[in-house]
Amino acid sequence: MTTLDTDLRPPQPPRLVVFWHRYRRNRAALLGLFLFAIVVLMALTAGLIEPGDPLRRAGPPLTPPFVDMATPLGTDQLGRDILAGIFYGARISLLIGVAATLISIAIGVVIGALSGYFGGWVDDLLMRITEAFQTIPNFVLLLTLVAILGSKIEWITLAIGLVSWTAPARMVRAEFMSLRGREFVDAARNLGVTNTSIIFKEILPNALPPIIVYASVIMALAILLESALAFLGLGDPNYASWGNMIGQGRAVLRTAWYCAAIPGIAIVLTVLSFSLLGEGLNDALNPRQKK
Amino acid sequence: MTNNTPVLEIQDLTVALPKGADRPFALEGLNLTVNSGEIVCLVGESGSGKSLSAGAVMRLLPEPDVHVAAGSIRFNGQDLLAISETEMKAIRGNRISMIFQEPMTALNPQKTVGWQIDEVLRLHMKGNRAARKAHAIEMLNRVHIPDPVSAYNAYPHQISGGQRQRVMIAMSLCLSPRLIIADEPTTALDVTTQLQILKLIRELQEQEGAGVLFITHDFGVVAEIADKVVVLRQGEMVEHGPAAEVLNSPQHPYTQALIASVPALTPPPAKPVSTMPVVLKGTGLNKTFAARGGLLSGKRKAVTAVKDLSFHLHKGETLGVVGESGSGKTTVSRIVTRLLEADSGAVEVDGTDLLACSPRELRAMRKEIQMVFQDPMASLNPRKRVVDLIAQGPIAHGEKPEKARARARDLLELVELSPSAATRFPHEFSGGQRQRIGIARALAMEPKVIVADEPVSALDVSVQAQVLKLLADLRDRMDLSLLFVTHDLRVAAQLCDRIIVMQKGEIVEQGETASVFADPKHEYTQNLLSSIPGRDWTPPTRNTDAA
Repeated sequence: MTTLDTDLRPPQPPRLVVFWHRYRRNRAALLGLFLFAIVVLMALTAGLIEPGDPLRRAGPPLTPPFVDMATPLGTDQLGRDILAGIFYGARISLLIGVAATLISIAIGVVIGALSGYFGGWVDDLLMRITEAFQTIPNFVLLLTLVAILGSKIEWITLAIGLVSWTAPARMVRAEFMSLRGREFVDAARNLGVTNTSIIFKEILPNALPPIIVYASVIMALAILLESALAFLGLGDPNYASWGNMIGQGRAVLRTAWYCAAIPGIAIVLTVLSFSLLGEGLNDALNPRQKK
Repeated sequence: MTNNTPVLEIQDLTVALPKGADRPFALEGLNLTVNSGEIVCLVGESGSGKSLSAGAVMRLLPEPDVHVAAGSIRFNGQDLLAISETEMKAIRGNRISMIFQEPMTALNPQKTVGWQIDEVLRLHMKGNRAARKAHAIEMLNRVHIPDPVSAYNAYPHQISGGQRQRVMIAMSLCLSPRLIIADEPTTALDVTTQLQILKLIRELQEQEGAGVLFITHDFGVVAEIADKVVVLRQGEMVEHGPAAEVLNSPQHPYTQALIASVPALTPPPAKPVSTMPVVLKGTGLNKTFAARGGLLSGKRKAVTAVKDLSFHLHKGETLGVVGESGSGKTTVSRIVTRLLEADSGAVEVDGTDLLACSPRELRAMRKEIQMVFQDPMASLNPRKRVVDLIAQGPIAHGEKPEKARARARDLLELVELSPSAATRFPHEFSGGQRQRIGIARALAMEPKVIVADEPVSALDVSVQAQVLKLLADLRDRMDLSLLFVTHDLRVAAQLCDRIIVMQKGEIVEQGETASVFADPKHEYTQNLLSSIPGRDWTPPTRNTDAA
């Protein structure tokens, strides 16, 4: 006899396990995860390893690295400990990265979802607004916003979020446009589910994987934008940030290159970790895209 | 069966699958012989390995993951597994050719039909351009394409699906191959076109004396075309023999069950339902899909999908909507559930006009008319657990979540799924099981009417029989009223009390299923009925538990 159609297949391993197996296949992504873990660890242990204000004077100015054990990575022209700056800078960079990403993804998801789901004049209106933002170069808009709002760290974060939501909005819109025609959306409509529930409970979870992947890109971008601002002297002077350190180290670049180079390496590795992380997430979340 | 020289001999063919697949071998010990002038049908359900056997013959397996582990394939006495890739290239397309399932994707949309036929000829035939063109046009003529010269210059999207398949056949036959492998060549086509294509393959094969390996899942098609039949199940050959023998007195229990699952063409006796109240009534429905096209892209004609359609459905009755693709039957199902806005007309559910409802009233009315969708994978949200999928509707209508979930578990039992299914995700189920979940979701709302849009057309025949049986059971037990949209007349004959036959958006015939089947009045209905594959063959054994 034929096997009965109602016999269930053996249960599959939980999604997280499957996800981790797929992620693990990509070596570079594991390196990204490792670097990311180091940055997070640095941010968490900054207070333990380097107690006290990172902006205080810790030794004679312009001590090269590996000379004085009290300041292992040397000091800058004001005698501030570079190692402490790197550790506390990790906090600021992560904080700005996470907060700005959340802001930009939140705006992007709402605008993209509305315009992709409803289409028509809603789509036209929202997309013209998006295009208006896109025509102004990101960094110019960011400079303008910071000039208006001021250099407090909250405003900088908000401004970075405000200049980087356009790409996620377009991406979410494209996802919604393809998903809204799917049968399961019709099925939900047919059950009498409200539009809000359809957008957030039916379609959004299915549109999430590419958004998560893109979030890692925005995170890296946000850190770079903050560094660029600080480099121009527009960062918040009350916090040790990698960008501030490079900005100040620029003045002594020829005599004490390490003042700018060490925070520069920190930025490169952090941004690299996010890129690799994003690539690994992409492989793990969209397994069919490759091959 | 003009002469009995074997063209293709497959002996003990075993094809290995990569580690982690559901079974170690896709095919195990397949033996089959195709003689010249003979059509051998390879029959099996999805996952039986029938398409892989074609891939093995063509040496087009996705190696090294899937590879031939043992056995031999001999073509005209030559061992195909031993020769080099270069030699194989000379054989492929030239001596052995293949016809694919989906002619739209098998043809390059960027090139004209003529260019694509010419490509085959360029590779394998010596001769100048004019000679090749003359040969191509002669081939198009032989596959009975109207106006071969204009078809030669047409792009694939400019000709119909049936014509595209004819072009594919012309391409595969233009070098007079000794062996033709046809992989479900008519599955994507309407019944009337299917019959023409089957006749065409038969006719050309008789002229050429080639051997045909015909892969199909449809026993109706087998009855129509096969000389010999090989039945596959999960990679194992369970039965083989002359077509008449296998079809009329199958020996293996699996073959018996498969054949018993083929819906018979005898409609059920009509139920006296006309006295019951009308629960669903459509009047004067119209839907035209407006022409799109802007300033530069040129005007296209508007398509009338449904034209002045009226029908009614009594309580406890099943009304079939039957027609070929493009007849507007799916549009009807979407209009009555108001997933698509009609241009004019009224759909009354229990006396309330659904099309006149405000969005708020409509949401409330939705629970009276539920839908079972065609593709059970696409219609279930892949990120939701089964219990939430089923409970979603009642919760949206104000039911307490715990109560709705408890009821969802009861419904799983009703559609014969184990309660442990509740916490799983849709991808963990087979096609038939997903469709059961879809049915449970519709039932959760306790609707007055269920609209089923081709609910079994994506399923294997044995699963199809089980799901149909479930639907019929539930309908009788719960006194459901069904609007059943299908292209498959065999399925319609099984389930429907009355049917509506649609052509180009209009009803051409309606009446009790038995009387329409016995004595079709309209020419189109007659044509449809006479095109059902294997209509002269009545499946022999009727197992009660599988039908």
